Amino acid sequence: MSTATSNVGGPETRLGAARPGGQARPDHVDRPVRRFGWYTPWLFLGPFLVFFVTFVIYPAINGVWISLHNYDYNFDYRPWVGLQNYIDLFTPGSRDFSLWWQSLGNTGVFVLISVVPLIVIPMTMALALNRRFPGRTVFRAIFFMPYVLSVSVIGLLWRYLLDAQAGPVNAILKGIGLAPISWLQTQPAAWVSILVATVWWTIGFNTIVFLAGLQNVPSEHYEAASLDGADRWQQFWHITVPGLRPVIIFIVITTVLASANLFGQPYIMTTGGPANSTRTAIMYIAESGLKQSRMGMAAAMGYLLGLILVIVSIVNFWLTSGGWKRKGSR
Amino acid sequence: MNALKGSLGSRTFFYAGMTLLALVFVLPLLSMVSTSFKTVYESQTSASLLPENPTLENYLPLFTWTGSSPVMRWFFNSVVVSTTATALGVSFAAMAAFALARFSFPGRKIVFGCLVATLFVPGFVFLIPNYITVDSLGLLDTLFALILPGLGGAFGVFFLAGFFLGLPRELEEAASIDGANQWRIFASVMLPQAQGAISTLCVLTFLGAWNDLLWPTYVLFSQENLTLTAGLPLLQSANASNLPLAMAGSVISAVPTLVVFVLAQRKIVESVANVGLKG
Repeated sequence: MSTATSNVGGPETRLGAARPGGQARPDHVDRPVRRFGWYTPWLFLGPFLVFFVTFVIYPAINGVWISLHNYDYNFDYRPWVGLQNYIDLFTPGSRDFSLWWQSLGNTGVFVLISVVPLIVIPMTMALALNRRFPGRTVFRAIFFMPYVLSVSVIGLLWRYLLDAQAGPVNAILKGIGLAPISWLQTQPAAWVSILVATVWWTIGFNTIVFLAGLQNVPSEHYEAASLDGADRWQQFWHITVPGLRPVIIFIVITTVLASANLFGQPYIMTTGGPANSTRTAIMYIAESGLKQSRMGMAAAMGYLLGLILVIVSIVNFWLTSGGWKRKGSR
Repeated sequence: MNALKGSLGSRTFFYAGMTLLALVFVLPLLSMVSTSFKTVYESQTSASLLPENPTLENYLPLFTWTGSSPVMRWFFNSVVVSTTATALGVSFAAMAAFALARFSFPGRKIVFGCLVATLFVPGFVFLIPNYITVDSLGLLDTLFALILPGLGGAFGVFFLAGFFLGLPRELEEAASIDGANQWRIFASVMLPQAQGAISTLCVLTFLGAWNDLLWPTYVLFSQENLTLTAGLPLLQSANASNLPLAMAGSVISAVPTLVVFVLAQRKIVESVANVGLKG
């Protein structure tokens, strides 16, 4: 009676799939049914559900409610305004219009400049690490190490490294006869600084995920391909990339979301400058909602940004999973 | 995984490249440590990796429990918040995941649907409404404001439920026959099986709590209630010209996570690899 494998399913079991929990199935009639009261699962769920409802479900709904009001936290009078907050965000000349779209644009700039390096460099590093050589785990650990540091440490560290007067980076530039750069005070140097700090900080994460994915690509495929005379480059495109597809989908979507959540690096390194050019959407939401207490508007911005990110994620999924190919004429 | 092949020359080239890359990751950290032992004057005149006259003057003002930058207090707060959030969060998530994965009961699908739906809602959407909730509970400017909201996160439940679903039913049935109640089955049959997944979740939860910046920056006001991650930027802005002081603060904040990482390096790296493959 080897029911274990057939009934339970492998790790690929979908969570939504119905599972015959307490009932006995035909091949189990000779066994006692697992007995439990109707309340037993709720006792296990209880502690989590209390917090899930209070801090996830309720705020998700309450946030919509807030966004439909002129909800100034400093005043008790918080009139209903319907969709006015959302309309204002699309009305040129309103208080938030230009600042909001500027910060959203800044977030977009960072997503665009960061996605390629945050995917291509880790992929290359993972390919290098995906061989057997002495010291491999040490290199792997070193590349991952900065990821465990907090964004505050990263921000302060790179603020020092890139300091215009005392920073080692400018010292090196001067040493090789180049002019020092005001990294954090001028553009495009400020974006370069935030990008470099972010890449240095998080690159190990994507590298490790790619590396794990590479180890699941069967090596026989490579052997077969090289017998057929495929060169390294062809092997990469025809075996590695298709074999890594689920991992690539995961990395593209999570990397874009992480970049769209940019907050700490500019908050610490540039405080949004120069001239608000690195003030991101999240910084603007936190500022208008929590510093200026205009919570209705901030909640509306949060939902709008959330909606944009959901759409972007769907597009990314469609692009990386090859949906666009099926539509085309092949 | 292929062994590294090729001539001695190409292997040397490979190692040279890897070493160079490793230096890119290590040198900034060494520079941080070295600068933290420099005087302000030396930090402004020399970027050398070795301090000429190593000094502890940057650390001494930080080892304090009071004042405008009570770094030791922040350190203590960070430890309290991160360990409590991890212990409670992972326990509650494991219990909930067990209920969802190993019982069939009315309402299960609704709960699961809600969990999955919230996985796609980015965290900043909760920023404003949760601030209001935390305020109405009277928890603003307390460490509870940092610990409690995270306990409702769906990721951990989802992650562990995926693991529990993969375990064979015979495990709990055998225990059932032996007369174990559901709690015993959970605690002494299921949990030991899930050790790997649980330690993964512990690592991720702890790092997330230790490193969070946005939320603590806005829900905490008093100097003495800050965490290290939220306090460091203030330490920096209050002493803008004192780079060694900022580096000393960074070292104090970096040491615990780096020590944990070095000790459990292999495990942590594997944990991260797991998350990627599951996702």
